[in-house]
Amino acid sequence: MSETSHASEPQTAANGARQINDFCINVATANGTGSQTSNIALLRAMFRMGIPVAGKNLFPSNIQGLPTWYNIRLSKAGHIAHRDVAEILVAMNPKTVAEDLTKVPSGGVIFYDTALPVKEDREDVVYYAMPVKDMVKSMSVAPNLREYIANMVYVGVVAELLGIEMEMLRSALDTHFSGKKKAVDLNMQMIEMAAEHTRNNLPKRDPYWIERIEGGNKDLLLVEGNAAGALGSVYGGVNVVAWYPITPATSLADGLNEYLPQLRRTSEGKSTYAVIQAEDELAAIGMCVGAGWAGARSMTSTSGPGISLMAEFAGLAYQAEIPTVVWDIQRVGPSTGLPTRTSQGDLGFTYQLGHGDSRHIILLPANPAECFEFGYKALDLAEQFQTPVFVLSDLDLGMNLWMSKPFVYPETPMNRGKVLTAEQLEALNGNWGRYADVDGDGIPYRTLPGTNHPAAGYFTRGTGHNDKAAYSERPEDWEGNLQRLRRKFNTARKHVPKPELTQQDGGSFGLISFGTNHNAIIEAMEMLKADGHVCDYLRIRALPATAEVGEFIEKYDRVYVIENNFDGQMHGILLQDNPSHATRLASLSRQNGMPLSAIWLHEQIKAAHERFTKALA
Amino acid sequence: MSDVTNTKAAKTNNIGLEKNDYKGLPSTLCKGCGHDSVSARIINVAYDMGLPPHRTIKISGIGCSSKSPAYFLGRSHSFNALHGRMPSVATGAMAAHRDLLTIGISGDGDTASIGLGQFKHLLRRNVPMLYIVENNGVYGLTKGQFSATADEGQTLKYAGVNELPPIDICLEAIVGNCGFVARSFAGDPRQVETLLKAAISYKGTAVIDIISPCVTFNNHLSSTKSYPFGKDHEIQLQELSYIPHYEEITIDEYDDGTRKKVQLHDGSWITLKKLEKGHDPTDFGQAVNILQEAQSKKELITGLIYINNNYKDLHSVLGTVDQPISSLQEKDLRPSRESLEDIMAGMR
Ligand SMILES: Cc1ncc(C[n+]2csc(CCOP(=O)(O)OP(=O)(O)O)c2C)c(N)n1
Ligand code: SF4
Ligand SMILES: [Mg+2]
Repeated sequence: MSETSHASEPQTAANGARQINDFCINVATANGTGSQTSNIALLRAMFRMGIPVAGKNLFPSNIQGLPTWYNIRLSKAGHIAHRDVAEILVAMNPKTVAEDLTKVPSGGVIFYDTALPVKEDREDVVYYAMPVKDMVKSMSVAPNLREYIANMVYVGVVAELLGIEMEMLRSALDTHFSGKKKAVDLNMQMIEMAAEHTRNNLPKRDPYWIERIEGGNKDLLLVEGNAAGALGSVYGGVNVVAWYPITPATSLADGLNEYLPQLRRTSEGKSTYAVIQAEDELAAIGMCVGAGWAGARSMTSTSGPGISLMAEFAGLAYQAEIPTVVWDIQRVGPSTGLPTRTSQGDLGFTYQLGHGDSRHIILLPANPAECFEFGYKALDLAEQFQTPVFVLSDLDLGMNLWMSKPFVYPETPMNRGKVLTAEQLEALNGNWGRYADVDGDGIPYRTLPGTNHPAAGYFTRGTGHNDKAAYSERPEDWEGNLQRLRRKFNTARKHVPKPELTQQDGGSFGLISFGTNHNAIIEAMEMLKADGHVCDYLRIRALPATAEVGEFIEKYDRVYVIENNFDGQMHGILLQDNPSHATRLASLSRQNGMPLSAIWLHEQIKAAHERFTKALA
Repeated sequence: MSDVTNTKAAKTNNIGLEKNDYKGLPSTLCKGCGHDSVSARIINVAYDMGLPPHRTIKISGIGCSSKSPAYFLGRSHSFNALHGRMPSVATGAMAAHRDLLTIGISGDGDTASIGLGQFKHLLRRNVPMLYIVENNGVYGLTKGQFSATADEGQTLKYAGVNELPPIDICLEAIVGNCGFVARSFAGDPRQVETLLKAAISYKGTAVIDIISPCVTFNNHLSSTKSYPFGKDHEIQLQELSYIPHYEEITIDEYDDGTRKKVQLHDGSWITLKKLEKGHDPTDFGQAVNILQEAQSKKELITGLIYINNNYKDLHSVLGTVDQPISSLQEKDLRPSRESLEDIMAGMR
């Protein structure tokens, strides 16, 4: 990294140290003022300067007026987890400014709109006053654009003082406005005007610098999890989509609506897919189940409230063995309250969704590249196992822009599962059983409507069928079916994505987690190591848990299961799977609507493990 | 069968299938249940029209009525889904496979209570399918509760007196932009068959509300959904006939005020001779009025109530390829490696 190349430059801060590419910026605005364009331009410009960045939009359930914070973290070490503390505040919201100011740590910086009631009364921070209104006035823009363009003022001031390159801001806006020059020019004009004002009136007094890292972020993408999931599904050949709007899942459907027309139309302009905005989630999954039954690769995207409505169909699809894919972008629930806050609270419910006994395959992406990967893998698994497959992402991953490894084009051909054609039926003399376990793996064969053979048709119903799909209430038929379904589930254990192991020399205890907790865990592991606590970490990427999970647990006296829900739902599932190791597993879960932070994890793991080792001694 | 008939070639239809090929399992419904007579009509019609069993699917909700797909067209794929949710399953199946001929079977509870929302949205999308409601004014399978189509003021042994006005399925269909709306009576086999044929020739959702008495829970004269009431009081709106597209239509002077002919999407015709009510099914206003009037007078009117060939159907709105999208394989479904590189370039 470029730290050393600047060592000779003058030092500005009182304590002498320049803080380069390693701090957080918190932008406080009101929802609906258009600040998102400004914040994303800042983020993307830094990304294009080669600096590891992460952006988090903390927004209310509201269209206009309620407070919004945008948190940008720069980390030369590449840590992109949520951090609770931001050294730099950009105060633009009169309603929250009082509290926002108190959160700035000693040594921090406050950029504020002069219209806000800010008294420069703290000695331990640096203030920069931004006369936003005057600057906007000096630009001749239509009155309806004033509020929006006002957000470009802080972009210009912050860029000038911290060192964000103007050319990168322009290129970021160019991406944002898809090359619409007029919009780019208008915004840049405001940014440059604010930068010039800063050069003339606001000498730099803080120690924070943003400096280009040559070759940094090479090949990486800056992308939202939902866009990645949509794209992965498109490359997975999804051809029937039914969905109902809900934050934070809507942008996944938006992604499908953007990429499908682009990538999946014939030369005559006809679609190789159907996207239907359903009347509710119940209908959405009903359509997916109907389509999956008829041979389509179907999917829907939703969040917790939608999952609740999908319960009956999920159970039916499980018992009738119909493929479909459900993305759940988890949020805090139920009902209203914190629908725009993140959570991993749907895991337990989704794992057994449906009445009677059901167990579902669940994929657990942790980053956009994995959203892409699971986009096509979920469709493969659904058809391979003739069952609904759930992908549990979350608001944090789905709706924020993340640095991501490039997406890997699917290496294997599509897996369309065990589908009998008319020719195969002929070869079997029409002798087949829809729910017979011919191969011993629990996965039966199916036929699709439209198959031109007299023996192709069968009768689909939820419960009450025998091997040949004939109506049956015989206890042994029903029990045999449940046993086969469990056999099938255990076959899936060998085929779902395997967990990812992070091992350190001398790791003496284990961490297990999944999804977006990953970044905070990696960072916390470094902090723990500095304290002399060396641990290994297994990130589960799918349920049912594969053999590696049990083997990992077996290796340590203590394994902490880390998750972003209150009940420790994964902990519960692992206890069920590994009853003989129950005493090794300890739950470490939290849910407050925010992503887990490394600082919190470090504290909690350290305290818990010190208690544990003390008790042992 | 006797040896004599065995040696004779069995009668076959235009695609070489016997009537038996269209039959299903023996019914397990109550003896005399209206739903069984509807199943028999479907078997006849499918045979007469030469429906290809492999391209025909049956989808139903939950109820005695929704069980009945097991008792006809045994060679076709069938899906007994969830209570009130047949419409969404049918929508998905049709989106996946546009060449299927879909027969939806529902009950009055299934369609007018738990499934009213999905029913209306299916109509709104104009999913091409035959939508049959076997309407008995009662919940059969759960043993005799009032359904939302029960007559106001009628009495049931188990449920007492129904104080609420009925939901009229045909009225809901017409105001829901359905282009083929008919009502019939299970005790009027000829009319049921004629309407079924016309509905199958129609491209779009075709709703037939068939009064199909529940002989066990709601078959007394005080109910407009009973055999005794229907037998005595059915008022046919028209004398209907169906002329398949391959037959020549011989009478030219149809549209003379008392007679009318309407061509259907596959080229077939439905011809109708108006009876005393003088109803014109191409007139939206008349269709709504005649239903409202019948409801207030507690009349059972049957026949083609509304027809409109101009609504756009699901597939034209979706703009999908001509072949079923479920038949597309990897080469059509997975975009190229290069296209992914291009898209990623825009994310850097
Ligand atoms: C979600 C759900 N709720 C309730 C039921 C119980 N149930 C089964 S059939 C039925 C009513 C069926 O009435 P209708 O559709 O009129 O059919 P019929 O039996 O009269 O032909 C009900 C309430 C169910 N199967 N599922
Ligand atoms: S209960 Fe009624 S609807 Fe059900 S089978 Fe018997 S007669 Fe038919
Ligand atoms: Mg009924």
